[in-house]
Amino acid sequence: MNILVCLKQTFDTEERIVIENGKIKEDGVKFVINPYDEYAVEEAIRLRDDLGGQVTVITVGPERAEEALRTALAMGADEAILADDPALFGDEYTAAKVLAAIVKQREFDLIIAGNQAVDDGSGQVAVRLAEELGIPHVSTLTKLEVNGNQVVAHRDAEGDEEIVEASLPLLVTAQQGLNEPRYPSLIGIRKANKKPLTKVTLADLGLSLEDIEARTEITETFLPAPKTAGQILSGDLADQVKELVSALKTKDKVVG
Amino acid sequence: MNFEFSSEQQMIRNMVREFAEAEIAPKAAELDRNARFPIEIFDKMGKLGLMGLPIPEAYGGAGADMISYCLALEEIGRACAGTGLSYEAHVSLACVPLLLYGTEEQKQKYLVPLASGEGIGSFGLTEPGAGSDAGGTRTTAVLDGDSWVINGNKIFITNGGYAKTVVLTAVTDPATRGISAFIVPTDTPGFSTSKPYEKMGMRASNTVELILENVRIPEENLLGPLNAGFKQFLSTLDGGRVAIAALAVGIAQSAFETALSYAKQRTQFGQSISKFQAIQHKLADMAMHIDLARTAVLKAAWRKDQGLPYTLEASYAKLFASEICTETCTQAIQILGGNGYMKEYPVERNLRDAKLIEIGEGTSEIQRLVIARQLGC
Repeated sequence: MNILVCLKQTFDTEERIVIENGKIKEDGVKFVINPYDEYAVEEAIRLRDDLGGQVTVITVGPERAEEALRTALAMGADEAILADDPALFGDEYTAAKVLAAIVKQREFDLIIAGNQAVDDGSGQVAVRLAEELGIPHVSTLTKLEVNGNQVVAHRDAEGDEEIVEASLPLLVTAQQGLNEPRYPSLIGIRKANKKPLTKVTLADLGLSLEDIEARTEITETFLPAPKTAGQILSGDLADQVKELVSALKTKDKVVG
Repeated sequence: MNFEFSSEQQMIRNMVREFAEAEIAPKAAELDRNARFPIEIFDKMGKLGLMGLPIPEAYGGAGADMISYCLALEEIGRACAGTGLSYEAHVSLACVPLLLYGTEEQKQKYLVPLASGEGIGSFGLTEPGAGSDAGGTRTTAVLDGDSWVINGNKIFITNGGYAKTVVLTAVTDPATRGISAFIVPTDTPGFSTSKPYEKMGMRASNTVELILENVRIPEENLLGPLNAGFKQFLSTLDGGRVAIAALAVGIAQSAFETALSYAKQRTQFGQSISKFQAIQHKLADMAMHIDLARTAVLKAAWRKDQGLPYTLEASYAKLFASEICTETCTQAIQILGGNGYMKEYPVERNLRDAKLIEIGEGTSEIQRLVIARQLGC
């Protein structure tokens, strides 16, 4: 079975975010495989170990994203593709178009991605990719069973569980709880640098800039307002309620 | 000159850090309190290939370099020093002599199981009358037919109670004080260990006496040339010194991180104590010392990886890292004040663990002696 895994290199969520000149500062920040994508990598490796086949990890991102791909290779993936041509960068629309072009150049039975990236949290790229490819998708999986051509997917439906049957080829996205990702072993790490990693450009994918031009634009990036000390109301209960309602209306503007 | 890690070194450090933070650090206080050897952690480390990290793949290891090994030790030491010490003793003092001096047959039989994580190794040098002066060794090995018969006692032996294989020294030529090294499987009749010592620190690490009463091992278990055991262990100790210095850096890093975050949170006189110059100077010195110690460790490790002599650099790293480690832990307690003195915070444990590194694998006094001799004194 040929399994493709889409992954993104993201900020370590424990990093402190600093904004400088309207952009998130990346100097000295630790980057990791997006945790949801890590579940995807783990699931792909387990399926490959059970059913045979090949796991290919794919990312669209800057040169530093190679580290995330190498880590996935160290965990056990077989091959990696890095789209690090800046001409391929844009928004979720762009990423889905680029991934679709990469995927169309290869054979696959199953595509696994994370449910969302912890940095921008849009949760769009994987399902857009399924749309681009014209294949079904099942999102937020907590369990995945593959029997021949048939797939039984357990999905987290807002706290409830929904069981969906589908057939290959298929795209699924991983939710927390799907599995417990392994640590790459030392032997895995030592082999990772010898596994094939291919870089692709706009030209390699036969795309034009117009094809993939971003449909959205980030106009402003800002941090949430710092948390301020709370206020304890005192006095007569009726007055406290009045004061609270007025503060919610005028100060925090949470009720109209 | 290039101070960058390779992508492999970086990945190894990241993996060990994640593993140590998730699997070791949460247990460190309990291991210390109960003086419990974390056998389950060593099982997991074996499965990840850590137990033979710098040992070639042909002998069950992962074939990584000395720099990677030092990075791994720092991360394990940052989580739990006692676990780090047992790990270091297993690799540097048991696996490495087998790799350096073992015959092909000995390596297959004894090194492969240790490096692949099937068993833990231990090293027996110290005796009641022999420590810094290995010449005071009293344990004897006498050839009787086709086997060696070993009698004697070894003290302060790390991992002794859990070891599958012990590499130890014994006098083989009393006339010339010739000492040889031997491979002793711990299931050999006559081999036993005392109950573990009650230690000040490094309590997760197992430390026992070895008791050898007519321990009969095959003639081929002689490790290296006859009567050359002392010389060969001197070079083993060089590698161990770099490794244990990396462990000291990890302990110091842990104490520093606790002190820095405490200083930023603790408020006195209306501001966090990190705003006071007296505290800032302590933190600045700690950060500087740790960085310099780490650089010394990595330089010595790099020289070893390059096949260059590194005896001097190993002693620099061991001496400096161990002494700044104790100092850093003392200052961390000072910054935490009353809290630092309590077991609720990890810095008092850090200090108790740190002190050992000024003593084990060559005291600070011996390191200064080694350095002075290298200077031609």
